[in-house]
Amino acid sequence: MLAAAGIAVLVSMALALARALLGPTLYDRILAVNMFGTKTVLFIALVAALVGRGDYLDIALLYALINFIGVIALLRYHEVSGVSESKPGPPP
Amino acid sequence: MSLLGIIAALLLGSGALLGVIGGIGLHRMPDFYTRLHAAGVTDTLCSALFLGGLAIHFGPTLASVKLALIFMFLMFTSPTSCHALANTAFNAGLRPWQASSTGSTPPSTP
Repeated sequence: MLAAAGIAVLVSMALALARALLGPTLYDRILAVNMFGTKTVLFIALVAALVGRGDYLDIALLYALINFIGVIALLRYHEVSGVSESKPGPPP
Repeated sequence: MSLLGIIAALLLGSGALLGVIGGIGLHRMPDFYTRLHAAGVTDTLCSALFLGGLAIHFGPTLASVKLALIFMFLMFTSPTSCHALANTAFNAGLRPWQASSTGSTPPSTP
């Protein structure tokens, strides 16, 4: 049962990656990466159940924390430097 | 399989199903904001069901407490990040797509 759930999580991760590659706007990509991160948290928790070691869940918790911080930092950066995706250089 | 095993299997199955539905929703929806809705809603509920199923699988141990912490954290941050994402997109000038204003074709069909 755990393996089947794992495969389903992998399928949704693949779909999120496809959207990240296809996504026309920048925000589609950020959304896809955010969803991918959340699914990774679930996948790590699943691996913890499969292997039977409860202490993998610390990694899952940490991943959830970092994923959230990463998305917020990315949004902060793009909010400051405006909407043009290809504009290099530091934000004003 | 014990009753608990069946319940855990049910929760895991529905959580996994919701995850795949969220992934499909990412591709079916025409516009960013509808995609945000599709991904955000199923994301939160999928992790809730999933972690609930795993907690039953682990039984009343420390691991279930950790799973509850992960669940609580995801419950707070997933909607927050979706809101921040929509807010940034809207401030950057990305307007939701309406069928009437720009004809019937969605702006971003892959």
